[in-house]
Amino acid sequence: MKLKFLALVTALTSVAGVAQADVKVGMITTLSGGGAGLGIDVRDGFMLAIKQSGRDDIDVVIEDDQRKPDIAVQLADRMIQSDKVDILTGIIWSNLAMAVVPSALAQGKFYLSPNAGPSLLAGKGCHKNYFNVAWQNDNLHEAGGAHANSIGYTNTFVMAPNYPAGKDALTGFKRLYAGDLAGELYTKLGQKDYASEIAQIRASGADSVYFFLPGGMGISFLKQYADSGLTLPLVGPAFSFDQGILQAVGDAALGVANTSQWSKDIANPTNQAFVTSFQAEYGRLPSLYASQGFDTANLLISAVAVADVADADAFQAALKAADFSSTRGDFAFAENNHPIQDIFVREVIKEGDVYTNKIVSTALEDHSNAYVSDCKM
Amino acid sequence: MSAVLLIEQILNGLQFGVMLFLMAAGLTLIFGVMGLINLAHGSFYMIGAFAAAATAAATGSFLLALAASLVAAAVAGAIVEMTVIRRLYKRDHLDQVLATFALILIFSEGTRWLFGSFPLFLEIPEYLSGPISLPFGIQYPQYRLAIIAVGLLVAVGLFALIARTRIGIQIRAGESDREMIAALGVDISKLYTFVFALGAALAGFAGALIGAIQSVQVGMGEPVLILAFVVIVIGGIGSIKGALLGALLVGLTDTLAGFLLPAAFGLIMEPSAAASVGSSLASMSIYVLMAGVLLFRPTGLFGRS
Repeated sequence: MKLKFLALVTALTSVAGVAQADVKVGMITTLSGGGAGLGIDVRDGFMLAIKQSGRDDIDVVIEDDQRKPDIAVQLADRMIQSDKVDILTGIIWSNLAMAVVPSALAQGKFYLSPNAGPSLLAGKGCHKNYFNVAWQNDNLHEAGGAHANSIGYTNTFVMAPNYPAGKDALTGFKRLYAGDLAGELYTKLGQKDYASEIAQIRASGADSVYFFLPGGMGISFLKQYADSGLTLPLVGPAFSFDQGILQAVGDAALGVANTSQWSKDIANPTNQAFVTSFQAEYGRLPSLYASQGFDTANLLISAVAVADVADADAFQAALKAADFSSTRGDFAFAENNHPIQDIFVREVIKEGDVYTNKIVSTALEDHSNAYVSDCKM
Repeated sequence: MSAVLLIEQILNGLQFGVMLFLMAAGLTLIFGVMGLINLAHGSFYMIGAFAAAATAAATGSFLLALAASLVAAAVAGAIVEMTVIRRLYKRDHLDQVLATFALILIFSEGTRWLFGSFPLFLEIPEYLSGPISLPFGIQYPQYRLAIIAVGLLVAVGLFALIARTRIGIQIRAGESDREMIAALGVDISKLYTFVFALGAALAGFAGALIGAIQSVQVGMGEPVLILAFVVIVIGGIGSIKGALLGALLVGLTDTLAGFLLPAAFGLIMEPSAAASVGSSLASMSIYVLMAGVLLFRPTGLFGRS
């Protein structure tokens, strides 16, 4: 009897021990289809940080959302109900984040965003369990507007795809931009031919062009723009100039100014070590998405080290302290759990055979976001 | 708005239309001759672009890259026809849609497995890069003019093939009466493989031509495929003439609506709202065109009832 009791206690404590020690993380990200490069970079950056931490008590379940909101929702339900994850992360696209995040938060889960930062989750829909480690969607565009002012552009032509993040982009740009608009265009989401837009830019009398065309859209636009003979200066957010797509654009991107919170030449030891180890591990240079994945994992690791995820209040405080060394240097959370960070202007250069970016100036220092006052936690 | 800008947009519309024709020609032939709905046609577009990018990277020659795109897409088409498609001719359209949709997934993930997840580089050759000055002070990219010319040449070649050659007679006969032509001793299965490979090669060729000015990446064919279906429905299924006319109509409508509608709304609204409303309506324009055509000619412009 005594022996049985002892065995039971041992069994119970070992079960409890495992349950307490292991943190389960569910990563939903885009690993197939056209947008896969972004998700793969976030995943690889995240897993690199976990590996470097040497912790074996953080279990990461990774699933592919195929860039489809319905699949992302199914995956989240499965991870929460059957995998029993404590924390979700990984989503690249704002529309997928809006489909998954609010319901996950309502079920008491934590969400750490390595990329998407829709305005709703920064303002009215902010939540004490939601932390954005990348940026609020408007941030890089605000920096674009500030950069246009500092160069002295007064008649910019602006262009973005006709979907919520595209409208946020132009709103963000216009928030800080002081000059006039030579024209404003919304293109079709996924559009690949910009002949018509380029003709309109040519006819508009603009002195510069600001464009937000992430991924393949940006590749197409840059190639066609370079071939059109137009020489107006271009400015855009880093999404059209990340390490993954620059090689596909080639010379057409050289010299273009783009705004980013990260660059591989930010001179701090964390970043230099990250760039070197990422390259050693995966055989390619990291992109800003990889840096965001890496920082997200390091934030998580820093919180797990001091608090138990089961104690939500303590874990929130541990996350909010942002006590990790970021690849970006200084990093803190604003009231609404979105980053306060510097945003740089980079320029596309060629290093040997590889196209990459170097920092030319700082567009905004310790920049927060416009939605802090809308957030009531 | 200046006349120069309008002419430039008309050229853009023509170029877009010609590119759509290359996709739609194969699709409409395959549908017309074999009665097969081929959703995987966009995959051949992607295969052509990837083959061209890989060849251009290895050899540095754009012409070799174009040749590689034709060969790779034709070979892929022939293999797919002989292994998968052949089993689908007698099935109903739902089975064909299911099977060819599966092919899209297989080709997409197979391409990623071979080439990785990041877009590839393919550029316009030196001798076609940069703009050219046309009369009235129009600056227009040489490469786009070249696409218009090549596309029209392909159209003429296809008409000649169908109207003047023996194989063209067989294709037309196969379209009208499959059993009769088999009874006359034509090897119908070889003919089908040929037509399928030809359609695939045209799609691959379009992918390579367009890949040089757009992005070569997994999934690039599917958006074009949707437009190609719109084209063949407008033109009349099975008709090359219809595909050409339909493609030019769709290309011009899409480009001009995208350009003129926001400008028109700009006269009565503030610019930001006009841009948003105008471009939303513009993206519907080709579907409105399709609905309009089908209202008056339910089988398309050149379709047979």
